[in-house]
Amino acid sequence: MAEQQNDKRGAGKVQPVPEQDFSDYAGLMVIVEQRAGVAKKVSWQLLGEAKRMADKINAPVYALVMGHNVRHLADEAISRGADKVYLCDSPVLEQYRTRPYSRVSLDVIRTYKPEIVLVGATYTGRDLAGAIATHLPTGLTADCTQLDVDENRVLHASRPAFSEKMLATILCKQYKPQMATARPGVFLELAADSTRKGEVVSVSSPMSEAEVVTEVLDFLELTDRINMEDHEVIVAGGKGLGNAEGFKLLQELADALGGVVGASRAVVDMKWIDHDHQVGQTGSTVRAKLYFAIGISGAVQHVVGMQNCDVIVAINNDPEAPIFKVSHYGIVGDLYNVVPAIIKAVKEKRGLPFAANTANG
Amino acid sequence: MHIVVCVKQVPDSREIRIDPNTNTLVRQGVPAIVNYYDLHGLEEALRFKDEQGAEVTVISMGPPSADKALKQCVSMGADRAILISDRAFAGADTLATSYVVSKTVEKVAQEFGPVDVVFCGKQTLDGDTGQVGPGVACRLDYEQLTYVEKVVEINDQAKTITVHRHLEDGVEVVKTKMPVLITALSELNKPRRASLPGVINASRYKPIVWTTNDFADLDRAKIGLKGSPTIVSKTWVPEPRKIDTKMIASGEAAAIASELVAALWSTELPTRLGW
Ligand SMILES: Cc1cc2nc3c(=O)[nH]c(=O)nc-3n(C[C@H](O)[C@H](O)[C@H](O)COP(=O)(O)OP(=O)(O)OC[C@H]3O[C@@H](n4cnc5c(N)ncnc54)[C@H](O)[C@@H]3O)c2cc1C
Ligand SMILES: Nc1ncnc2c1ncn2[C@@H]1O[C@H](COP(=O)(O)O)[C@@H](O)[C@H]1O
Repeated sequence: MAEQQNDKRGAGKVQPVPEQDFSDYAGLMVIVEQRAGVAKKVSWQLLGEAKRMADKINAPVYALVMGHNVRHLADEAISRGADKVYLCDSPVLEQYRTRPYSRVSLDVIRTYKPEIVLVGATYTGRDLAGAIATHLPTGLTADCTQLDVDENRVLHASRPAFSEKMLATILCKQYKPQMATARPGVFLELAADSTRKGEVVSVSSPMSEAEVVTEVLDFLELTDRINMEDHEVIVAGGKGLGNAEGFKLLQELADALGGVVGASRAVVDMKWIDHDHQVGQTGSTVRAKLYFAIGISGAVQHVVGMQNCDVIVAINNDPEAPIFKVSHYGIVGDLYNVVPAIIKAVKEKRGLPFAANTANG
Repeated sequence: MHIVVCVKQVPDSREIRIDPNTNTLVRQGVPAIVNYYDLHGLEEALRFKDEQGAEVTVISMGPPSADKALKQCVSMGADRAILISDRAFAGADTLATSYVVSKTVEKVAQEFGPVDVVFCGKQTLDGDTGQVGPGVACRLDYEQLTYVEKVVEINDQAKTITVHRHLEDGVEVVKTKMPVLITALSELNKPRRASLPGVINASRYKPIVWTTNDFADLDRAKIGLKGSPTIVSKTWVPEPRKIDTKMIASGEAAAIASELVAALWSTELPTRLGW
């Protein structure tokens, strides 16, 4: 089980695998991602999806929690649907680095043999999953937006292909575990339930600090770097705004609704707003409760990123704009005429104060 | 200092259409380009070459027509280009691709000198996984630094490298030892245009071509379709979600606004959002 440790750099070179019998692999495992003891939402979203699939095939759900001082995340994982949590709490895991994290993951996967392993398709998740799958070795499907499991316990991992124009379902039948990374904001988490019972199994890190050559010197938190997936109300603007100034108006509407400003790629390309705000194929996939698309035509690459929002409102002066086809409420009109009126109406309804100088008031 | 840049020739996916009658991809007339992110890896290698001197080898696994992509890299300033091309490589997924690419880097190191840095792109436009980079790093047992938006320092004496990694919530400053594999983001730099002498040089340049027979120890079970654990079981064009759009009558802005607000407040939204 344990790997050859003849290489001091860590996970070591990928070893050739003999023909393997995978019949003792069972259960679904989610690798929980965290920073400074706070779990990324996608981890719980994947646990929710894993639980749904596990119920279908009557299999257990596992979580793998790695970090330093992260015991509370093991409990949280149980409350979010895990039956068993493998917990590796070690100073060497204080910050994410590929080798120590992949070594722990490999040990746990090889020892406890989950049949399916899911990882969030974040920067860190993709870094880790790529390394683990190569070492195991096994197949890895990237960036999934739909997951399912059939009666033969084969994972059907579906992902967009060719600029989101198509979806492709990918299988990995001959190797175990079957692995996939899945996009944040697509799957539904279970509500935390502290009465759920589960087991926590502690595992140790096979690597010590002295063996790790990579150092994280600093983390520059960008507070203005916004995570669109985290927000419940998004007021998105497109080229129809006409200029970067237009976002001030949208910000005012977002403030009135307790939300944040989003954008189409067209306006990000013109540098009216930062890329972090971009929704769509090459931006974020969001599942907000309320989404405004203002001056956005509704190109398929934008729509794929927002079509799963609960309530969608489109404002566009072109009655033929495709965005109306995916919207619950459509308003045909000039945004500079309509939006200030909506801001006013929302503020009145919510009893919010009016700014002295409302844009285009 | 020897830098290897991994590039892939890809169809410009923006140009790919779906035939509405057959629901299949229309690939005819779609131009082949050098994968966008790979050019950012190349540019970073060339910058280092300009500033401190380095040898830059570009490698690509693909069909014979991919030599065009390699020539483009030579026109920009790469010193050497290698095309790894063989029918046996066809149908490779990321696991099989990273195996062949890593074997190529090993062979490049044997024949042309030890490799210090390998650049890959963040991801390809067609495969779109970002998995080949980590796969190559693991197989070579190099350190891996993915999603790099800035190279802060390359110290050729100490053989260390410091970069900024892009994360969802900030920037991580990471230092590691060479040899290292870096995956490049577009924020890294702006790829140069080829100079006229570069274009002339490239037009005469013939990329080195390696087939399976050129490798002493290539495991045939790990290449191409056979070496690929994943299979595409089906592809389809997603159905748009069916929605009954309620159009709010045009008229006075104030009337539209109050109608919208009334509609929103008749749903569960205000409770769910705590308005
Ligand atoms: C590979 C690839 C990836 C892509 N990824 C993304 C992505 O992630 N996200 C994304 O958004 N796009 C993406 N795109 C781009 C996408 O195809 C569209 O070009 C883009 O979404 C258009 O942005 P827009 O709707 O703001 O602009 P436009 O299409 O120009 O639409 C502007 C709209 O505003 C309306 N309008 C104008 N003036 C007013 C006014 N005064 N009041 C009200 N309405 C007005 C117009 O009628 C029009 O419908 C991608 C494209 C490619 C090729
Ligand atoms: N066939 C190939 N030949 C050379 N490099 C490749 C090949 N495929 C992928 N790569 C490299 O790996 C990166 C990530 O590719 P992918 O995992 O397909 O998204 C690319 O940007 C390239 O740098």
